[in-house]
Amino acid sequence: MILTIFSGLILALFCVPFGRQINKKLSNFLFLIPLSGFIYFLLQLPLILAGQTKTVRYEWVPTFGINLDFYLDGLSLLFSLLITGIGTLIFLYAAAYLKGKQYLSRFYGYLGLFMTAMLGLVSSNNIILLFVFWELTSISSFFLIGFDNENEEAQKSALTALTITGGGGLLLLGGVILMSNIAETYSIKAMVFSAEELKNHSWYGFILLSIFAGAFTKSAQFPFHFWLPNAMKAPTPVSAYLHSATMVKAGIYLLARFTPILGNTSLWNYSLMFVGGITMLYAAFHSLFRVDMKGILAYSTISALGILVFLLGIGTKDAYIAASVFILVHALYKATLFLVTGTVDYATGTRDIRALAGLRKVLLPVAIAGIIAALSSAGVPLFYGFIGKDLIYEATTHSFSLDSTFLTVAAILTNIFIGYSGLLVGIKPFTGKLSEEHSTVRLPGWKLWLPPFILAFCCIIFGCFPGRTSGLMSYVASAIAGKHFNLDLKLWHGVNTVFLLSMITLTGTAFIYFSRRVTNRELIILSTFNKLAPAYLVKKVTDGLLAFAKKFTNTMHNGYLRNYTMTIVLFMVGILSFKLLNGTPLTIDWYHLSPVSFYEVTVAILMLGAIFLSAITKSRLTALVALSVVGYAICILYVMYGAPDLAMTQFAIDTLTVVLFVLVLFKLPPFLNFTNTKIKLRDGLISSAFGGIIGWIALTVLNESVNKEVSPYYAENVYKLAKGKNVVNVILVDFRGFDTMFEIIVLAMASIGVYSLLKVKVKKSERE
Amino acid sequence: MELLLVIMIAILYASGIFMLLRRSMVRLLMGIILIGNGANLLIFLLGGITPGKPPVIAETKSVFTEAYADPVPQALILTAIVISFGIQSFAIVLLRQVYRLLESDDLDDLNTPLEEDI
Repeated sequence: MILTIFSGLILALFCVPFGRQINKKLSNFLFLIPLSGFIYFLLQLPLILAGQTKTVRYEWVPTFGINLDFYLDGLSLLFSLLITGIGTLIFLYAAAYLKGKQYLSRFYGYLGLFMTAMLGLVSSNNIILLFVFWELTSISSFFLIGFDNENEEAQKSALTALTITGGGGLLLLGGVILMSNIAETYSIKAMVFSAEELKNHSWYGFILLSIFAGAFTKSAQFPFHFWLPNAMKAPTPVSAYLHSATMVKAGIYLLARFTPILGNTSLWNYSLMFVGGITMLYAAFHSLFRVDMKGILAYSTISALGILVFLLGIGTKDAYIAASVFILVHALYKATLFLVTGTVDYATGTRDIRALAGLRKVLLPVAIAGIIAALSSAGVPLFYGFIGKDLIYEATTHSFSLDSTFLTVAAILTNIFIGYSGLLVGIKPFTGKLSEEHSTVRLPGWKLWLPPFILAFCCIIFGCFPGRTSGLMSYVASAIAGKHFNLDLKLWHGVNTVFLLSMITLTGTAFIYFSRRVTNRELIILSTFNKLAPAYLVKKVTDGLLAFAKKFTNTMHNGYLRNYTMTIVLFMVGILSFKLLNGTPLTIDWYHLSPVSFYEVTVAILMLGAIFLSAITKSRLTALVALSVVGYAICILYVMYGAPDLAMTQFAIDTLTVVLFVLVLFKLPPFLNFTNTKIKLRDGLISSAFGGIIGWIALTVLNESVNKEVSPYYAENVYKLAKGKNVVNVILVDFRGFDTMFEIIVLAMASIGVYSLLKVKVKKSERE
Repeated sequence: MELLLVIMIAILYASGIFMLLRRSMVRLLMGIILIGNGANLLIFLLGGITPGKPPVIAETKSVFTEAYADPVPQALILTAIVISFGIQSFAIVLLRQVYRLLESDDLDDLNTPLEEDI
């Protein structure tokens, strides 16, 4: 199972060394990978139907409780089958659709990665693992949407998608961690037992908010829906894959998966119903005003996702069944319609619905697929969509909460619009009179029409024999509800309310389809409302943020080292003086201070004079000499206070530094006086403040009593253990010998650097 | 004596920072050296100062019999001095190379001009 899940990842790795072969011929055979996955999952079907589940466990980071912990039940299996099944067709389709593209191998790499991410997402039992895969889908879909990487629009929409889904993912992480902290487990299966505890916890609202943020952004719910229509810039196979069965359904999967854990509270149900309801109506209404085939499909997809969220929100047994079936229904017809769109686009070069007509004469197999899918989406009897819609009405009319009439009306309206958009995309381009322009269109190769044809075929098969799917669907719905129930899907329920509602929907759909034509005037009027759309507001905010960031960076990061230093120093002075002022007041213990002798005062005066001289002199040589005087003065201090080794080292180093400096110095230009007195005064103030703070800290520390444990240890053992009498030397070469060795290495590296820098000759051409 | 040392450290730091804020690269380097000296003295002071008693055991003894200066800060400072020499020497040579390339001691000449300015 792990191998199946990670096959896509392996494919992605495989694409690196074998990209050239994939670009040529190999791409035609890559569909075998998802196909084998599909077969594998199909073989698991009897297991699930027998009421069992499958778990696979592999340790990853056991110390953190994060393991490759996979779990297959009805819900996971349905999604896995969709991902691999539709994946197979997409792999096949894309080989022809994107033939000859420069980055075909890269495309397959992303696609494989995406497949792995989706499979992992729907089968992880570990909540952290789920999150990892969740993010992986965001990232791989970013690459897929932006596949046309030279197109600026594609770049932008890929970025939008990543921002929205990534932002949601971040919140999801918070929710996920909260959940696992409360339930004290990372296992999703085990969390079900803590469901009551989670629901009664005071953080429950926040958890819901985070989970919803993740699910709604991913599944393009209002007001985060706008990334999805933008993402239509992706190549059509990508849209078909991402937006029919996988990526956008991930949010639905998440909600379904967490329903037994967090669901069935009024907060959960009402927020889902509310958001889902708004989304489905808003998007369905929007699809009326689109002329681009993919645009229409995008909005009807959002609308369908809205229905799914809405159904999960209703939260009755009927609703769960309806949601389960509708996932499959929608995946089948929507993938078909996308692929049909892709083929039409490939053959004619346009997706404008107003320009396309009568294509059945030239693209017959495509037309058949399109028409079947359209009828399925409209919910005509004998097509799988009919079953799906029936169940939706079943759910809305039998819901306990809210006014069931209200819910039913909303569902009918949405279904009418979805049906309309299905008909528009699936039938409109193929009926009517073929235009002159398109009369020479030839049917492209079988890879471009067989995949949608197969999917459309499924719509009919499942539609005629819905009982075949009832087994799996009952386990899907059981997984969502968290308890088992049986289910029998039938084609014919007899004439009842639900059937009447279906007929109303069909009539409505047909009426709109035949009466409605999008006019340019409407498009213009509609565009004036763009300023109210969430997409517009988000763009404003991002632009503002970017402008702010640029300004901020230019101010802070202005390219002058001294300004950075000044900022750091000022900040330190501020924060340290704040702390010191609020701390214990400074007292000086005069009694404990050691006496000052004449020699020390002389040294101090010498040093201070030298420092002053080095700071103000205009001659570089003078400054250098003054600097060495400072060093030698410190040297004398070391001698006075019992540190002969330090004195020796300081003396040697100081001399060496001066020699090196002089070597370099005679090549340099004279000191330039860049700054005026005012700036010097300011810098003087800042540096004095800093010096003052350091002095203050030193005095404060001097007041603290010192607890010395290390020094006596060394002093006692220096002869006993190391047979040496000079403690400092023994510490360096024996007790801390390794430190000294690394120090020597550092020095060696520095000297290599110095030597090579001295050897480098600057070429004439490199000057400026 | 401690007070005198504190004043010296404060002035070493202050002058170091002052040099750091200059535009000349040589001054910058001198600032770093001054701050390094200040830091060494600071460690030395905070370890506790004991005049005239180096931490060396007398020839004839095997343990300390009288007070001695704390050896640990000394060992630390010794390391610090040596390492700072490594940095200084490298910086000095780097300075020479920069000057060869740009014929300038001005830090601002090292800046890459902003895109907008071109």
